[in-house]
Amino acid sequence: MLFKISLSNIRRSFRDYTIYFFTLVIGISVFYVFNAIGTQAAYMTVTKSRSDIIALLKDLLSGVSVFVSIVLGLLIVYASRFLMKRRKREFAIYLTLGMSKGTISLLLLLETLLIGMGSLAAGLIAGVGLSQLMSALVANLFEADMSAYRFTLSGEAVVKTILCFGITYLVVMLFNSFTVGKFKLIDLIQSDKKAERLYLKNPVLCGAIFLAACAALGYAYRTVSNGAAYLQPTEFMVTVGVGAVATFLIFWSAAGLLLRLAMAMKPMYFRGLNAFTFRQISSKISTTVVSMTVICLMLFVTICTLSAAFSIRNSMNDNIRSFCPADFELEYAGEHSEEISGEPSGETENGKWLYTDVVKKCDAYDYDITQYFSEYVHFHTYTDSSFTLEKSLGDSFKQIENQYSFIRYDTPEDIVRLSDYNALMQLYGRESLTLENDEFIVVCNFQSMRDIRDATLAKGTAMEILGHTLRSKYDECLDGFIDLTSQPLNAGIFIVPDRIADESYADTDLLIGKYAAQTDEEYAVIEARILKDFDNMRATWAKENDGRRITVSYRLDTKTNIVEATVGLGAIVTFLGLYIGLVFLIACGAILALKELSESVNSLPRYLMLRKIGVEEHDISCSLFVQIGIFFLLPLLLACLHSVFGMKFGMYMLEMFGTSKLTESVLITSLMILLIYGGYFLITYLSSKTIIKGNDSD
Amino acid sequence: MALLEIKNIEKYYGNKSSLTKAIDDISFSVEAGEFVAIMGASGSGKTTLLNCVSTIDRVTAGHILLDGTDVTKLKGKALGQFRRDKLGFIFQDFNLLDTLTAYENIALALSVQRRPVRQIDEAVNTIARQLGITDVLQKYPYQMSGGQKQRVASARAVVTEPKLVLADEPTGALDSKSARLLLDRFHYLNREHGATILMVTHDSFTASCASRVLFIKDGKIFNEISRGDDSRKRFFDKIIDVVSLLGGDVSDAL
Ligand SMILES: Nc1ncnc2c1ncn2[C@@H]1O[C@H](COP(=O)(O)OP(=O)(O)O)[C@@H](O)[C@H]1O
Ligand SMILES: [Mg+2]
Repeated sequence: MLFKISLSNIRRSFRDYTIYFFTLVIGISVFYVFNAIGTQAAYMTVTKSRSDIIALLKDLLSGVSVFVSIVLGLLIVYASRFLMKRRKREFAIYLTLGMSKGTISLLLLLETLLIGMGSLAAGLIAGVGLSQLMSALVANLFEADMSAYRFTLSGEAVVKTILCFGITYLVVMLFNSFTVGKFKLIDLIQSDKKAERLYLKNPVLCGAIFLAACAALGYAYRTVSNGAAYLQPTEFMVTVGVGAVATFLIFWSAAGLLLRLAMAMKPMYFRGLNAFTFRQISSKISTTVVSMTVICLMLFVTICTLSAAFSIRNSMNDNIRSFCPADFELEYAGEHSEEISGEPSGETENGKWLYTDVVKKCDAYDYDITQYFSEYVHFHTYTDSSFTLEKSLGDSFKQIENQYSFIRYDTPEDIVRLSDYNALMQLYGRESLTLENDEFIVVCNFQSMRDIRDATLAKGTAMEILGHTLRSKYDECLDGFIDLTSQPLNAGIFIVPDRIADESYADTDLLIGKYAAQTDEEYAVIEARILKDFDNMRATWAKENDGRRITVSYRLDTKTNIVEATVGLGAIVTFLGLYIGLVFLIACGAILALKELSESVNSLPRYLMLRKIGVEEHDISCSLFVQIGIFFLLPLLLACLHSVFGMKFGMYMLEMFGTSKLTESVLITSLMILLIYGGYFLITYLSSKTIIKGNDSD
Repeated sequence: MALLEIKNIEKYYGNKSSLTKAIDDISFSVEAGEFVAIMGASGSGKTTLLNCVSTIDRVTAGHILLDGTDVTKLKGKALGQFRRDKLGFIFQDFNLLDTLTAYENIALALSVQRRPVRQIDEAVNTIARQLGITDVLQKYPYQMSGGQKQRVASARAVVTEPKLVLADEPTGALDSKSARLLLDRFHYLNREHGATILMVTHDSFTASCASRVLFIKDGKIFNEISRGDDSRKRFFDKIIDVVSLLGGDVSDAL
C-alpha cells in the first residue's frame, strides 16, 4: 500500500523530480567515470613512467572525489529539502486524513529509496557508457596504445559510487524524517498563503549601490589584471572578497535597477507582456540574490578551471617541441669532499660547489661519456659572487624588491661565454649571437623576469661582470635558454665575450647532446645504457673516496623524462579540471533549475489569470522563455566578465606552463557550459511550461 | 439580433460512472446594453455557465453566439484573441497580478492588444477617474482594500471596451459599503459606457441593480424577472420572493 502511494507520488510529482533525477544521474555518472579512469588505464599499454603517473592521477582523483562527493551530497540534500518544502500541502492532507508522522516518514523513506536506486542504476549505466568514451580521451592524453583495449567495467568505481551516494541518500533520509518530525499541521496548511511582499527598492539607493559595486569590481579587476605579480596572498584574498561582495551587491541592485530602466522606456514596457515579464524577473532576482551570487562565483571558478586546464595541456605539448630541442643534459654543479667524521653539509665553506669537469672526470676512469652522441656541446657557466641579481638590477633594485618580495636577490647571475652559447644554439638549431668586446646580452624567456630585467636594461647602465665593465648590447632581454625544459623557465643568463671569462669563475659543468640513434629502438637502448653507465660511474666514485665523504651535485635530464612528466602533468591537470568543472556546472544548473521551478509553481495563478484575460499561449511561452533565459544568463554573464579578468591573473600564474591556444581552450569550455548549463536551462523551460499550463491536479 | 445568444447548452463533468450535469439545457439571450444578473444556490451551475460563455470552459453540447460568432467553435489562437478583444472579466477574488501596480494591471489588458503607449495612458487615466481609483494607481494589490481591488479589476475588465463584461460574484468578498460603491460603478458603466454586463451573484441586493435577473437551479433556468419600470426597492422585493421560492438558501450560497 505504502509502496504504491510512494510510486504514485513520484509519478505525480515527476516534473519536480525530473531535475532532481537528472542531477543525480549526471552526478553519479561523472563520479563513476572519473573513478574508473585508473582501472581503464590498466588495460592500456603505456610506459613505466606513465603508469606511475596514472597511479598518481588515480590517487589525486580519489582525493578530489572526496571533495566532489561532499559538493554533490550537499546538492542532493538541498534539492531534496527543496522538494519537501514544495510538498507541504500534500503532507498536510495526509496528516488531516489521520496518517501518522511515522507513516509519512516511512513513505518518504520509500520514495528516497526508490529514487536512489533508480538514479544509481541509471547513473551507473550512463557512467559505464560514458567511460568508454572517456578511455579514448585517456588513451589520447597518455598517447597509449588502444589495441589491447576492451570494454571495461570498474568494480572498484562501482563500489565507490554506490558507497558514496548510498551514504548521501542515508543523510537525505535522516534529514527528511527529521523535517517531518517537526511538522505542525497549521504551518503546513498555511504554507502557501505566505504572500511575498514585493516592493520597489529606493532607486537612488539602488543606483548608488550599483555604482559602488561597479567601482569595487573595477578595483578588483584592476588589481588582479595589472599587478598580478605584486599581489601578496592577503591582498589577493581581500581582492577576491571585494569581488564576491561586489557581485552580491550588483545582483541586489540589478533587480531594482533593471526594472526602473525598463519602466523608463514606456513604449517597450507597455508592449504585450513586457511589464509582467520585467516584474517577474525583478522579483525573481531580488528573492534569490544569495543563490545568484553563489552560482555566479561557482561559474566563475568553473570557467577559469576549465580554460586553464585545457590551456595548460595544450601549450605544454607545444612547448616540448620548442624548449626541448636535444635529448640529454647533464648539469654537474660540482662536488666537494670532507672528513667522514665531520658534520655532513652540502656546501663548502664559501658556499660554493667546486667546479668539476665531468667529461674529464669520466675520462680519468676510462669512460667516454660522449660516445653515444651524434652531436654534443660541453661547456661550463661562470658565476661571480659579487655579481648577484641585486647588482644586475642596479638602481631599480629597491623599487623591484618592494614589488617582488619573494625573489632571492643574492643569487649570483649565471654567465656563459659567447662561443659556448653559440655552439649550443647551433645544436639547438637556433640563431647565434654576436658581441663587441665591451658588450653583454641577457637571454631570458620567463616573462615576469624578463619584465624585471628589461626595466634595468632599458636604462643602459654599465655593469661590473667578472671584473670587467660591460654594457648591454640591447635595451631588453633576448629570447633564449640553455637548459632542456618543458616550459619557458629561463630566468636570465648573461652572455659575455670569451675574452673576459676567467676559469677561476667556472661554476657548473654542462653536457648537452643528441643521441646517435636512427630508430626508436636504438634511441631507447642508448638512453638506457647512458643512464646505467652514469649510475655505475657514480657508484665507483663513491667507493674510491679515500675515507672521505664525497658529495656531488648534479642534475640529469633526458627528453624522454621531460616529455613523460609533461604529458602526465597535462593529463592530470585536464582530468582534475574537467572533474571539478563538471561537478560545479551540475551544481549551478541544478540550483538554478530548482529555484526557477518553484518560482513557476508560485506564479501559476498569475499565468492562469493571464490566460483568462485572453493572453495568447505564444506570448506566455515567450515571456517564460525570457524570464528563465535572463535568470540563467545573468549569473553566467557576470561570471564571464569575472573570468576575463580572472584569467588575466591566471595567465600570469600559469605563465610558466605557457598560455598558447587560449582561444581553443575557451571554446571547449564554452561548449561544455553550453551543453550542461544549457541542458539545465532547456529542461527548466520545458518543465516550467508544463507547470504553468496548470491543468494537472496540483 | 441579440448580442449574446445561448442555445441549449449542456455541460457534464466527470466520466461515465459518475456524471454531474452542471448545466442542463440552458437557453437565453442578452441584448446589447443590458445588465443581466444570474442567481442561484451554490452548486447550481452559475460559474460553469459563465466559464462556458467566456470560453474558459467548453460546453458539452449547444451553441453560444456572441456578436454572431459561435464561440464554442473557437480554437487555439482565435480563442485567446476572442477573450482579449471581446470580453472583460471580473472575478470574486479580484485576480489582479500581485507583482504589478494597479496602473500596470489595467494597462496590461491594453498592452496585450498592442495598443500604443499614449493611448494606453489616456485610457487608463480616464477609466481610473470614472471608477474613482486615480489615487491608488501606483499601489500594489496588497496595499489596497478589497473594494479598491475590485474596482481596479473592473477597470481592467472594461478599459478595452469589450462587447461583454462577465462578472462572477464581484461583490462576494466585499463589505456592504464597498459592494454598494462597486455596484454604483457597474451601473455607471452600464448606463454611460453602454457596457453589456452579465453578472453572477448570490446576493439579492446586488442582483437588484440589474435590469433583468435569471434564476438557475440544478443547471436549469428556474425563473426570470425583468425590472421594467419598477423602482429598485420593488424589484428587490420581487427578487426576494423568487429566492424564497427557490428554497431560500441562495443568500448563504458562498
Ligand atoms: N471541474 C469540475 N469537475 C467536476 N465537477 C465540477 C467542476 N466544476 C464544477 N463542477 C460541478 O458542477 C456543478 C456546478 O458548479 P458551479 O458552476 O461551480 O456552481 P456555482 O458557481 O453555481 O456555485 C457543481 O455540482 C460542481 O460540483
Ligand atoms: Mg461559483
